[in-house]
Formats: sequence, structure tokens, C-alpha cells
Amino acid sequence: MAALLDELPRFFSYYNVIFLAQAFAYTAGLSLVGCGLGFVAGFGLAVLRQERVMRFAPVRILALLYVELFRRIPFLVLLMVVFFGFQLAGADVPMFVVAATTVALSAAAFSAENVRAGLEAVHRNQWDAAETLNMGGLRALRLVVLPQAWRIIIPPSMTYAVGLVKATSIASQIGVAELTFAAKILNQKGFSPALCFGTILVLYFVLCWSLNRFAAHLEVRLAPSRSR
Amino acid sequence: MGYTLQYGQVTPYLGYLAGGAWLALQIAAVAFLIGWAIGLVCASVLHYGPRPARWLVRAYVTFFLNTPLLVQIFFIYFALPDYGILIGSVEAVILGMSLNAGAYMAEIQRAGFASIRRAEIEAAETLGFSRLQQIRYVILPHIAKVLYPPLSNQYIILTMTTSVAAIFGVEELTGRAYNINAQTFRSLEIFSIAAVYYVVLTVIASAVLYAIGRFLFRIKGKVF
Amino acid sequence: MPHLVLDSLSADYGRDPVLSDVGLSVERGEIVSIIGPSGSGKSTLLRVLVGLLRPRAGTVAVAGTPVDYGSDAALRKVRERFAIVFQQYNLFQNMTALRNVTVAPTVVKGRPAGEVEAEARALLAKVGLSHRVEAYPDELSGGQQQRVAIARALALKPDILLLDEVTSALDPELVSEVLDTIRLLAADGMTMLIVSHEMAFVREISSKVVFMADGRVVETGPPAQIFDAPQTERCADFVRRILRH
Repeated sequence: MAALLDELPRFFSYYNVIFLAQAFAYTAGLSLVGCGLGFVAGFGLAVLRQERVMRFAPVRILALLYVELFRRIPFLVLLMVVFFGFQLAGADVPMFVVAATTVALSAAAFSAENVRAGLEAVHRNQWDAAETLNMGGLRALRLVVLPQAWRIIIPPSMTYAVGLVKATSIASQIGVAELTFAAKILNQKGFSPALCFGTILVLYFVLCWSLNRFAAHLEVRLAPSRSR
Repeated sequence: MGYTLQYGQVTPYLGYLAGGAWLALQIAAVAFLIGWAIGLVCASVLHYGPRPARWLVRAYVTFFLNTPLLVQIFFIYFALPDYGILIGSVEAVILGMSLNAGAYMAEIQRAGFASIRRAEIEAAETLGFSRLQQIRYVILPHIAKVLYPPLSNQYIILTMTTSVAAIFGVEELTGRAYNINAQTFRSLEIFSIAAVYYVVLTVIASAVLYAIGRFLFRIKGKVF
Repeated sequence: MPHLVLDSLSADYGRDPVLSDVGLSVERGEIVSIIGPSGSGKSTLLRVLVGLLRPRAGTVAVAGTPVDYGSDAALRKVRERFAIVFQQYNLFQNMTALRNVTVAPTVVKGRPAGEVEAEARALLAKVGLSHRVEAYPDELSGGQQQRVAIARALALKPDILLLDEVTSALDPELVSEVLDTIRLLAADGMTMLIVSHEMAFVREISSKVVFMADGRVVETGPPAQIFDAPQTERCADFVRRILRH
């Protein structure tokens, strides 16, 4: 313990603090870009799974297949598939793109489930009424169903995003400069593992805990006041 | 371009990979059981325990739910030896997974306890059930039915989570995929096959857990 | 020539037949009521007419022209003829009463907003809700919501109005305000097909009553026949049980 305290000033040197701050920003950025893209894609998948919107059954089945496949592949394995996929396709892309693509592919599958649950929480009779008024699937979705569903969709999506922030630690395996990778580098430079990994545990905690608090806050704020 | 997928080269390894899948299921099972026990104790404390104990358990759960499993295992594997606690890689992975799963299952089981309906117990009391009979015929069946689906999901999530063990050199499914990759350099083939293994593994687990739930508790909901 | 003619109409949910061989005719401006035990296919018949469930066999004709339920485009034409009011009102929860009434004419039919809004306000005044136009559905009583739903259906200027147990979900003291609204429409000469459990109202307002059971039309006749001198055993049995309380 005393040894750790001795090490502290050296560990929190100006250079190391900047290094960790950058890694923190990298983790946050990777999560934001990956989850953002993934949510948009997942939203599309969920909509394509709605029979009222997509009348063509094979497309609905493909969307379902994507969701069921990709939420069953571990993040690390998906990361490897994406990594080697880019490499063998001859696409020389930055590692950030590889990591963000993996986050997005995974987020798409899970977001699709959240969005679907939200859409299905809106009573079927709202679709019926829209249909008898000749609205058509997409219009009913936009004017009637989504305005009622988004408050049900957002909180669990935020909670899931926290899960992905944590999963980005696995991206350290391909050497992107996020928090976990930064800790490994500092560890290799001779700082004690307790300090390196302990510090980033705290940083992850700050990020995830704030996000979770925000999600809980939203859940209360958005609790449907105007629904039966 | 010019790269063609050649699955033929990796087919001899399919059995080796299946062995890894078996190990993954075992690791998941051990982590699940330990995590379940931790979760049960924590949920009981959260529900019935004295204030300081509740506070401690809440801190444990909050901490583990908000930090990455991988970093938790790094800490266990690399930092604990500095304090005289030597721990092997499989053990470190299982410990990390169990502590992590324990936090999730504490939350799940706490919610399960909270869902016991006062009215049902009162009804049992007025019918002359003893305390033990109430537990046997009213409380346990209710809890089992409420907890079965989320706990089943937890097991499947743990099965997928075992893949991080590969990072610590454990030769489970993903670890063996790394090994084969090092020998054949058929990277995309081998990792896509590993992905398929995980899909098949979890689909089978879902189906089995669904069947058990349906048979034992008449639960119709989907499992994962 | 009758305004609406159904001929040997059949429909099923998956494998279960829910309508078999239904025949029925309605004159222009006539009010026809459908009665029968629950599960007899009354509501299903209305869902078929408005195109929420496609018929398996049989024909529907409006003003002598067969109605095509085949394609989505054809269904859009069907719904310009028929409007439906549901048991559970089905108002859009995210819109005010006024917006519920104006949304289809403006968005679907593309009519000018100002003109539609004036009409909608007139319709809401007609159903007695001019003071509640900016209220959201959950701020309205069941009877008020149902009157908004009627106004919403009328805003599309349908040929035929279908009312599906519109008072069944209401508290007893709210039933009469909705029935009064329907009487008002009857006075205007609206052609209506009504599924209802309000037997006194059915008797008062209908020129013809259809008794259905097990997805079939068992007996059709003027209210006096159905309620006082039913010709079939099943209808007699049903009426006896209904009128006992």
C-alpha cells in the first residue's frame, strides 16, 4: 500500500494524465460513434421487421436473422471477424474504423430488439385506426406509433449503450488507444498493475455510472403520462 | 483482393473447436453457479439485511455493473499477485466472471423477492398454511417462475462472455480459434466458424432452457 | 337498388372460420344493426368490410359496384367508402382531439389545413365537444373520446359508417351521450351498420336487425320481428336471455 502511495505522484505525471484523458475521450468517442451508427441501423431493422410496414416477408425474415445471429456472437469474436474481414478485403482502414464497425454491428442487433419492444408496446389498435384512415405503414409509424414509442425505447437503449461502453475495453486487443490499452501501456512502462487498472476502473465507472444515472433519470422523466 | 475463402483447410479442426465449446459451457456453468450464490446472498442482504451491510452490497453491485469485465479480470490477474495472491488464468477469469455475474444476479433476484405479493401470503395464512408450507407452496413456486427467465438469459450471456478467457490464454472456444489461426493463418474462416459455434451453442442453450422452463414452471416466454 | 350488398361473404383467422356465407343488404340512409352472442362474428364482419381482415370468399358491392379487397391500392378505395368507430375508441394518444380529426384529411388526402380544421371544429361542435378540441385523449372521459372518434370517422366523409360496439367500453352513465350522437347522425340520413348490445337502442333506431351466431346470419328482419316474434329457435333463445334483465 505504501509502495502504491510512493508511486502516485510519478503515475499521475502531466504526461500520463494527458495520455489517460485522451484514452478516456477515445473510449467515449468510440462508444458514441459505434452506438450512434448501431442505433440507426437497429432502428431500421426493427422497422423492417414490422409486418404493417414491410409487407414482403423475406425482408422481415432477413432482419430477424441478422438480429438473432449478431446478438449471439461474442464481442471479441466479432471484433476478429471484422478485423480480418477488412484486412482480407484489402481495405486499409484505421483501427478506429474496425472497432467502431464492431460496436455498430453489435449495437444494431441489440437496438433492434429494444426498438421492436418499444414499437410493440404501442397498442395494436393504434395501427388499426391508422390503417382504416388510410395512413399506410410508414406514415402510421411516423405520425402515430413513434411519438408514443420513443419514450419506451430510449431508457433501455441507454442502459444497453453502457454495456457497449464496457465492451469497447475488448477493442484494446487490436491496439486502439482506448482506456484499457492505455492501462496496458502504462503497465508495460513499469507502473504497478493495481494503479494502472485501478485508475481506469474508476474512469470507466465515472463514465458508465453517469450514463446509467442519466438513463434512470430519463426513465422517470419519460414515463408515459399520456397513455392508457 | 485475390483472397478466396478456404474453409477446407480448417475443417480438420472442427472437433478441436467443439472441445473448446465444451470448456466454454463448463466455465459458464461454474461462473453461473458461483455468481448465483453471490447474487442470492447479496439479494437477501439488500432485502432483509441491516443498513451498513446493505450499503456495502449496493457498493459492490454498483461498482461491478459499471466497469468492464475485462478490466476487472486484468486487475485480478495482474494486480493481486503483487499482494501475495497468486492466481491462475482460468481461476482469474472464473473469479472475475463470477463477481460480475453475482452483481447482475443480485439485481435480478432482488427484483424477484420484491415481486412476492403480500396478498398471496395472506391468502395462504388464512387457509391455515404453516410458515414452511407457505414457503414450499406459495413463495418458492412464485420466485422460481419469476426468476427463471432472467437467470436463464444470464447463463446464455455468460456463455458468450467466456470468450474473453482467450485473452488470458485459456483454450476455450475463442482461445482455440486463436491457436488454429496461428497454425493455418485462415483467420477469417476460423473466426467466422467460431462465431457460428457461439450462435449454435446459444441457440441450443436457449431451446433447452426454454423447454425446461416450459416443463417445470409453465413459462411460455422466449429465453434470450 | 340497395346501397350495400354482401353476398356469401366468408373469412377466417388462420384455420378458424369466423364468417361463413354472410348475406346482407342495406339501403341508402338505412340503419342496420347486428346482434348476437359474443364470438358470433359481428365485429369481424365490420373488420372485413373496412379491410382489416381480407375476405376469403364472397362479394361486397357498394352502389352496385363490387368492392375490391385484393390490393393495397384497392383497400385505400374501400376505406374512402367505409369508416369505422371502434369499441376502444382507438384515438391517437399523441394527438389532441382536433388533430385526431384533422390528421387523415390533411395528411392522407392532402386537403388544405385551414379548410379541414374549420370542418373538424364543426364536427366536434356537432358531437358536443367544441370546448374540448385541444384536449388529449387521456384528458377526456370515455364518452368524450368515443364522440371524438365518431367525428374523426365522419371527417373522411364516408358513404357508410360502421360502429363496432361503440358503447361497450363505457361506464353506464356515459352511454347515452354517445347514443344521442348516433341519433343525430341518423337524423342526417347517414347510412350505418351498427354492432351493439344496447337492445333498446337497436330496437328504436334500426330499420332492420340481423341476428348472427357462429359466424352465420341466422335471422334478419325488422326490429318488431326479431325482438317480439323471432322465427328461429336460436334467435328466440338469445332474445329471451337478453331481455330478461
